[in-house]
Amino acid sequence: MSERGITTEHRALMLEEPLIFEQGAEGRTGVDLPRPQTDDDRLGGVARRGPIGLPGLSEPQVVRHFTRLSQKNYAIDMGLYPLGSCTMKHNPRLNERLARLPGLADIHPLQPESTVQGGLELIDRLAHWLKTLTGMPAVAMSPAAGAHGELCGLMTIRAALEDRGDTRARVLVPESAHGTNPATATLCGYSVSAVPANRNGRIDLAALETALSADVAALMLTNPNTCGLFEDDILAVADAVHTAGAFVYVDGANFNALVGRVRPGDLGADAMHINLHKTFSTPHGGGGPGSGPVVLSEELAPYAPLPWVVHDDAGFRLVEHGDGKELGRMKAFHGQMGMFVRALAYMMSHGADGLRQVADDAVLNANYLLARLSDVLTPAYPGSCMHECLFDDEFLKGTGVTTLDFAKALIDAGYHPMTMYFPLVVQGALLMEPTESESKDSLDRFIETTRALAQRARDGDAAWFHACPQFAPRRRLDETSAARKPVLRWRPPDKDAAA
Amino acid sequence: MLRAIGVADVDALFSGAPIEARQEAGLNLPPHAGELAVEKKISDLAAKNLSAGSVPSFLGAGAYRHHVPASVDHLIQRGEFLTAYTPYQPEIAQGTLQALFEFQTQVAMISDMEVANASLYDGATSCAEAVMMARRITRKQKAILSGGLHPHYREVTATHAAYVDYNIVANPPDALGGEDLASLVDEETACVVVQNPGFFGHLSDYAPLAAVCHGHGALLIVVVNEVVSLGAVVAPGTMGADIFVGEGQSIGNALNFGGPYLGLFATRERFVRQMPGRLCGETTDDDGRRGWVLTLSTREQHIRREKATSNICTNSGLCALAFTIHMALLGEAGFTGLARLNHANAIRLADRLGQLNRVTLLNRSFFNEFTLQLPCRADEVVAALAERRILAGVPVSRLYPDQPELADLLLVAATEMNSESDMDSLQDGLDKILR
Repeated sequence: MSERGITTEHRALMLEEPLIFEQGAEGRTGVDLPRPQTDDDRLGGVARRGPIGLPGLSEPQVVRHFTRLSQKNYAIDMGLYPLGSCTMKHNPRLNERLARLPGLADIHPLQPESTVQGGLELIDRLAHWLKTLTGMPAVAMSPAAGAHGELCGLMTIRAALEDRGDTRARVLVPESAHGTNPATATLCGYSVSAVPANRNGRIDLAALETALSADVAALMLTNPNTCGLFEDDILAVADAVHTAGAFVYVDGANFNALVGRVRPGDLGADAMHINLHKTFSTPHGGGGPGSGPVVLSEELAPYAPLPWVVHDDAGFRLVEHGDGKELGRMKAFHGQMGMFVRALAYMMSHGADGLRQVADDAVLNANYLLARLSDVLTPAYPGSCMHECLFDDEFLKGTGVTTLDFAKALIDAGYHPMTMYFPLVVQGALLMEPTESESKDSLDRFIETTRALAQRARDGDAAWFHACPQFAPRRRLDETSAARKPVLRWRPPDKDAAA
Repeated sequence: MLRAIGVADVDALFSGAPIEARQEAGLNLPPHAGELAVEKKISDLAAKNLSAGSVPSFLGAGAYRHHVPASVDHLIQRGEFLTAYTPYQPEIAQGTLQALFEFQTQVAMISDMEVANASLYDGATSCAEAVMMARRITRKQKAILSGGLHPHYREVTATHAAYVDYNIVANPPDALGGEDLASLVDEETACVVVQNPGFFGHLSDYAPLAAVCHGHGALLIVVVNEVVSLGAVVAPGTMGADIFVGEGQSIGNALNFGGPYLGLFATRERFVRQMPGRLCGETTDDDGRRGWVLTLSTREQHIRREKATSNICTNSGLCALAFTIHMALLGEAGFTGLARLNHANAIRLADRLGQLNRVTLLNRSFFNEFTLQLPCRADEVVAALAERRILAGVPVSRLYPDQPELADLLLVAATEMNSESDMDSLQDGLDKILR
């Protein structure tokens, strides 16, 4: 670049941006606060001494900094985001507006109940939608995300078992399950046994029946599973689990495939978490926050965690302290209210008919991808899929191109890649979930791009793949050295030199 | 599309689902509605609430009302931040990743710890995670919880530890401050959890307790649920804390009726491989340029499965971004100035309320929240003042209903949001009711 007389590291709209700690000036600030009326100190002898080291930036500096950073992200607002198992659907902005209404955003969780009747009613109404959509009689609203919901559900199961004097030691988890499932089982004090899949990518019923014993507390099952397949033996699976005295915990991460069409309660579920940040479109925010309410069967409902909302003639009330049978608290206060508002607005906008169409369109879109890509990629399993389609890396065999290379090439083509190397049961997995948000045109463009890349791989252009991405804000990043010598924070340069 | 797939209709794609489970009739829920109608209905619900900003409000107890600069909410609503997933493809997620690196640095700085993670759900679940981490590090099975730890944090910790053979010893509520924790520490102790300022507002120097803990091979966990206090108070790391746990809501995030909030978590470098949650680390790309990635993932559930340090996946990313932006706007001068302003307002309010007849201020030290002892049940006073459209504070009985000796205690918080006339209203209202 220097030969063209350009002295910055920027490339047109791709602007390099230093850390905030490398900018600013001492004493500068982007806020204008009133002066304190007293300099008195009642800090009991623990007043802070010495500087913190935070940089001082003006408001324009801060706005520019974070605007520039934002432009280094891919997002669902920019294009198709086929990240399997993550349900990256459009996030309607009405929901953002409503979540910011002062009557919802500016209420304190410990205000007298008489002053938050609308807030409690909103939680109650959302609970009603969730129970109706899942066909379950109860719901615990407080879990903060999917994994937290799993923990809640598994703990209610353990509490119910212990209440009937039944100590069990194991939880069964299919090999294709999300990593959160086994991690949750451990947190709940259970050991984990894997259940193999059959040739069709479904749970192997015979193997399940062998694995079941009086020692098994629960089966954790995702349906549709992480291969994007409906567990078509589900009724027999649930029967076998129940006959063994165990419970069926459903990981609801893939509820987008069923919403409005199939109720998990009719499939034998005893507990299921619902990721409001997936099926009900609360934004992922670069990693969170989410919300993971857990629907529960009649038998598990008494063990739900505090708090919950009740309704009588006097209005809505919060039950914040129980009689001892319930789980106790999963988090401070009452749940992810900001997410509740967005999810309820999404549900009300779609209605019973629209939510059913969500499932229809999500499944239609995934099958369209599957059908149009099956001759150039290799489907992991025969037949149709639900809301996501799964390929293995057989089509890359002998090309010198890996699933990772293929994903990085998609970045240069302007797409966020699909989920890679998950589920673990499929070699070099590529898991695509287009969601209902995509039009046929959008899917066709993605299909043509993917087909062209598959052709390029077959043509023996491995070196080109290895060099991808070339046009992203960064080329491939060295994750090995990042983990070997972790640098997890900025430090002032002089301290670095001393260390 | 159906032709390409080779089916006659969409129903055929659902043929795997058992017929008896299919909802052919449709569910008993309302049909779709337009933006106008939905906005009206949800606005009607919002209108039934008394928003804290519309009246004099002095509630705290783990959730604080602060001024969030307009640019914070503007920036976090940029679609590139709002609608991105977890940064699993780092080449096209450098915005989220660099912001997380800045967040981790800010959290480590204000707590004077060495490393911070990329956030957990909230302060209470972070507290539970810290207690679990102490067990992994020390391989001991007793945790001592201070009577000054927020009761929700105590309950959440107990819930999370219920099934892993952990002895959780919760000291009685410490309304007056000055409990003796040092004498409880023994060789079986994995950790002691304190909160500064405590639930009742008292501040303490925990350096001596840290020394006692370390002498017994235990860890000291310091919880801060009003993170603005770190602009004025000696940091947990300076006091010798091994793990810092914080509720970050106060910076950048609205009250939101209790969530989503922001769990802060920081520790010493030597414990980093036992940390829960995501970590963002610096590295270089193929061209040698600096960049960021998620790192040390072998601690996490998606790699380590049943051997992971935690089951957490989704965290509080966007709340962390709001924190980072607000903290960047404040800077050193703004953050310490905000803390001084909070403290000054609380001093002014404590002095005014403490001189009321039959009202006793229990705190000798506090930051922006303190405990008043009233001559009657505090919840009744709060209800009566709410009738007059004053949100007076949090009655301790709301959180400790089974402790009659605490029923006359009221927690009152003052922040930069409270004007002189707010204080007039509360002082006047309280005076009239107690007279």
